[in-house]
Amino acid sequence: MSQYVLRRLLIAIPSLLGISLVLFVVLAMAPGDPFAELATNPNVPPEVAAALRAKFGLDDPIHLRYLHWLSAMAHGDWGFSFVSRMDVDQLILQRLPATLYVIGSAQILALLIAIPVGVYAATKPYSLFDQIANTLAFVGFSLPTFFTGILFILIFSVTLDWLPLVYTTDVKGTGIRWVLEMIRQAIMPVAVLGLFQAASMTRFVRSAMLDVIRLDYVTTARAKGLGQAKVIVKHVMRNAMIPVVTLIALQMPAVFGGAIVTEQIFRIPGIGSLLISSILANDTPVVMAVTFVFACLVVLFNLIADVLYGWLDPRISLR
Amino acid sequence: MAPLLEIKGLKTHFSTDDGILQAVDGVDISINKGETLCVVGESGCGKTVTAMSILKLIAMPPGRIAAGQIIFEGRDLVPLTSNELDEIRAKEIGFIFQEPMTSLNPVLTVGEQIAESLRRHEAVTRKQALERTIEMLKLVQIPNAEGRVHNYPHQFSGGMRQRVMIAMALACKPKLIIADEPTTALDVTIQAQILDLLQDMKERFGMAVMLITHAMGVVAETAQRVVVMYAGKVVEEAPVDELFGDPRHPYTQGLIRSIPRIDLDAEHKTRLEAIGGSVPILINPPVGCRFAPRCRYAMSICTEKEPRLREVSPGHRMACHLGDTSLGGAA
Repeated sequence: MSQYVLRRLLIAIPSLLGISLVLFVVLAMAPGDPFAELATNPNVPPEVAAALRAKFGLDDPIHLRYLHWLSAMAHGDWGFSFVSRMDVDQLILQRLPATLYVIGSAQILALLIAIPVGVYAATKPYSLFDQIANTLAFVGFSLPTFFTGILFILIFSVTLDWLPLVYTTDVKGTGIRWVLEMIRQAIMPVAVLGLFQAASMTRFVRSAMLDVIRLDYVTTARAKGLGQAKVIVKHVMRNAMIPVVTLIALQMPAVFGGAIVTEQIFRIPGIGSLLISSILANDTPVVMAVTFVFACLVVLFNLIADVLYGWLDPRISLR
Repeated sequence: MAPLLEIKGLKTHFSTDDGILQAVDGVDISINKGETLCVVGESGCGKTVTAMSILKLIAMPPGRIAAGQIIFEGRDLVPLTSNELDEIRAKEIGFIFQEPMTSLNPVLTVGEQIAESLRRHEAVTRKQALERTIEMLKLVQIPNAEGRVHNYPHQFSGGMRQRVMIAMALACKPKLIIADEPTTALDVTIQAQILDLLQDMKERFGMAVMLITHAMGVVAETAQRVVVMYAGKVVEEAPVDELFGDPRHPYTQGLIRSIPRIDLDAEHKTRLEAIGGSVPILINPPVGCRFAPRCRYAMSICTEKEPRLREVSPGHRMACHLGDTSLGGAA
């Protein structure tokens, strides 16, 4: 098992290298220049700007720049943000907790809704509960988060004034008050992201359950007199969760993508909003690093999915 | 002596988009204690649905027991809820299914799947259940039972999985075993082994067996009494010797003629006889005898009046107008 994980991590190295190369080339070809500000600033003499460009190797051929970046990364040097005037790794570490907190809570909320609703709907297909759940799920994933997000803000912040409009990292107060305030300000982004995720997941859980529920071994389990609850949980759910795990892992890139939008709407200072502001400010080292972090997270979640697979399905041996 | 299980006038219907499918339409079957009863018929004749109706293992909806009684040890099972039936499932009536490849849960060990039945119905600890499970696996002749109990179904061959299924069905020592085509999915050599094992277990535990099959060879080998079903109805019922020696219903005769024979000389060999046509669709079935369109003896009355199941000799009943004296000299 640990050997399997180790090998998968080693296999991840070439794919991450490939990803980083593509990202680097695309960013190098993209319009915009981190030193554009220097070029237009009349206080900076042109020769100083040129010297700086030479110092940072901005005019080197692209393969040399990539190798520079790679060796710096290998040494733990993630680069320097020209806009924020601080090291990129510091910047990301500052922003990552907010993103993980919101995305993590949203995923947990989505699972807490999707699994019970999907499972119960599948045990009573075409019942009233199932019809309502299906309709709501359809509405849920038809509405984009940037729409529901603004709607939530309008209702709960502007009209009712129950929840704060802007998410902040320096919450005032200590102890329990701090915790409560952290929860209060996360309610809207977590609900928007979580409900959107829950909608598609519910439909997937339901159909995975329906696929398993009519299989022969479920009839075998019923013939043992185990009772509905035990048959569903022990025999149906356990098998139905196998494809659901894949879906969740495959959805992770979309979740991060969705988080970028949600962070913009709720002004959450996470890495998603860092990415957007860096792109707008031509802060290339930050853009590069953040997209690379996203890539690493996606690879990591795929690995977690594969390990879960082996645990859920004994027919898959992780060797 | 009252029979162990008595099915009276059972009608199981399925609602489909095209109408009500009358899969089982007025079936009477009874099984005595310790008896082996074979239910034979073509695919789609309602054998499996009849068996599944006993413990309400059919999907409801769309399935529905429309009429009839299923009396097990003096108690009618039809009005019972699924929860009430859970006390009878596996404990009183065990089930062996057709497909050993798909009838075991792939993500649980075989030991767990046998033990859960024991733990459900008997006050045993986890350890006792494991011991009993190993004992059952030994009984169905699975080598190295102590090691194999922790294996998953995919680590067993088809024949071995069917042995596991038998062990599972027998675990709580039920009074009746319903085996739905237990050998159909297996190699011929394995088939014989499984039938022998079933016979063996039956004698050891003194239970009754309801064996559902479409193979007449299996019937001849195992049954004491045979029920022949056609298109959702019982057409003939007789002790096994009498059924093979003196089949009365044209459908039974056809079934017996369609058994391949290797005991005839080459010059006597003829093409294997098949029954022409196919089973009627059971949505709005035709009036009269359902076999009439395929019957070589069909008379005008056959498409007008449904033949009743009547006794032709003690213990031998059949549903055909042929030779029915009450009709006034027909045939």
